Amino acid sequence: MKGRQKISDTGMIFLFLIALIVLVICSIALGRYPIGLKETVGILGSGIFPITPFWSAVQESLLLNHRLPRVLLAGLVGCCLSASGASYQGVFHNPMAAPDILGASSGAAFGAALAILWNLGNAMIIGFAFGFSLLSVGLVVFVGNRARGMRILGLILAGIMISSLFSSGISFIKLVADPENQLPAITYWLMGSLNGAEPKDVGLAIVPMLAGLIPLLLLRWRINLLTLGEEEAKTMGVNVGRLRMIVILCATLMTAASVSVSGMIGWVGLVIPHLARRLLGNNYNHLMPASMLLGAIFLLLADDLSRNLFATEIPLGILTSLIGAPFFLYLISREGERL
Amino acid sequence: MSLEVENLSFSYGENKVLKSITFTAEYGEFLSVLGPNGVGKSTLFRCMLGLLVPSSGAARMDGEDISQMRPEELARRIAYIPQSHTPAFNYTVFDMVLMGTIPRLGRFASPCEPQRKQALEALEHLGIAHLKDRGYQKISGGERQLVLIARALAQQAGVLVMDEPCSSLDFGNKIRLMQTVRKLAEEGYAVIQSTHDPDQAYLYSDKVLALYAGEVLAWGDPRDLINDSLMARLYGVDVEVCRLRDDSIRVCVPVQRVKTKRGTK
Repeated sequence: MKGRQKISDTGMIFLFLIALIVLVICSIALGRYPIGLKETVGILGSGIFPITPFWSAVQESLLLNHRLPRVLLAGLVGCCLSASGASYQGVFHNPMAAPDILGASSGAAFGAALAILWNLGNAMIIGFAFGFSLLSVGLVVFVGNRARGMRILGLILAGIMISSLFSSGISFIKLVADPENQLPAITYWLMGSLNGAEPKDVGLAIVPMLAGLIPLLLLRWRINLLTLGEEEAKTMGVNVGRLRMIVILCATLMTAASVSVSGMIGWVGLVIPHLARRLLGNNYNHLMPASMLLGAIFLLLADDLSRNLFATEIPLGILTSLIGAPFFLYLISREGERL
Repeated sequence: MSLEVENLSFSYGENKVLKSITFTAEYGEFLSVLGPNGVGKSTLFRCMLGLLVPSSGAARMDGEDISQMRPEELARRIAYIPQSHTPAFNYTVFDMVLMGTIPRLGRFASPCEPQRKQALEALEHLGIAHLKDRGYQKISGGERQLVLIARALAQQAGVLVMDEPCSSLDFGNKIRLMQTVRKLAEEGYAVIQSTHDPDQAYLYSDKVLALYAGEVLAWGDPRDLINDSLMARLYGVDVEVCRLRDDSIRVCVPVQRVKTKRGTK
């Protein structure tokens, strides 16, 4: 604990930010088709500064149309999933809460699978994922609120139930899907992947993502008060119902947007906030930005591995589970060490 | 004048929990609310804290109806000190106290230097500044109760409402906590606590409010009101009031086993 105090919490967040920027640039340079670091910086910089191209047109097009959107999406999705995990944990004062708890992920997955089944276009896939994700959350909140007495527990139980309902829905869709085209598309999408990310995907996803991230950043300190419990927070003048609703809506919006572009990517929302809690403590003032940055770093690293480790790409969802689950076991086995 | 409860009644459906309660709590006064479990003490507190709306009558803060006040406005005047508990996440003591500054912060604002100073002053005031960087989950029950009081002080409200502050404390901590609370009352806070211990009313309080079955049995000076017949009605036990040191100290001592029936009317 003594050693930890050498770097202030703000300093650590700043460090994460620098690490993220470096990682973004390196990730863009990384890939099967060689683009050097120098060229990467040059191409990125040419958007702002007048730089005479010293790179090939292929390099530029590959970078701007494929690598850059993919890297941006990986960072954004990681950031969003992690931030929504941290938010749900605060709202339900439950350290085990994650984006999956409200059925947000499985609802979105069901919607997307349905859109694929009906042969709807890409935009509709995103729209369906988003709609069903919100529907799922609405259902969970509605059912959870009807549970008398233990509302928080009721909400979580409702989340598990609704998730399971949507999961069986997905299984049914897989059963009736055309095994030639639809089934592989659904299955692959569900595994979670950023393969084939395009500039327009970034444009589509970034609006709901920012709409979730910005209010959460502004309200982050207030989430602390939600963790104290409803009555206590109310006596301190917090409009608990409204604040809780805003946080849930923002977190769900971000989850839905993430699932829409990347499929089911598990564990980020649970593991990364816990890592941030270990490093910076539980105060959301620091926890929220740290979760966002660490989530982006984590998913970016995972995606780099997924792209570059083997000749065939490993779906990102598999990789995050592979890293996330053991890491989480390690974290909980050290529970209670801090302070 | 500060907190005023007038003809306050509250029912959960058919069940009348509080019946026409009337009392006032002045600044600079320590009021103990005495009564067995389930007589409506916490319901009364909830009405005073704006968490429940009375069915009839009203609780007023400086003349304003509490059920009409905005939550942050009420929080600037009344601070609630719950029984020491363990929250889901381990905050540092300082962060915990800092949360008390929220009622005076803007909608999107988070605490800055003035609020940090306020929190630190609250900790220093109670002599627990050395706990500042410790984890709230890792300190003792007595220390936790003090931290919650510090949080209420950081809230800068004139009225402190405490829910059985001594319930989980050992003998020494109980006495130290009561002395601290007594001091706060002398500094000008209106302090209201719920308790089961008539001696706390005798030793530290200015006023006592005895509740039984949702009604006020007695309200006023503990020395006038706490006697064997009141204790028998409240708790069904026989006590004898002992006067020590020329009647400067009074305590209730149980003199008989708990009776099976409430009696001695």
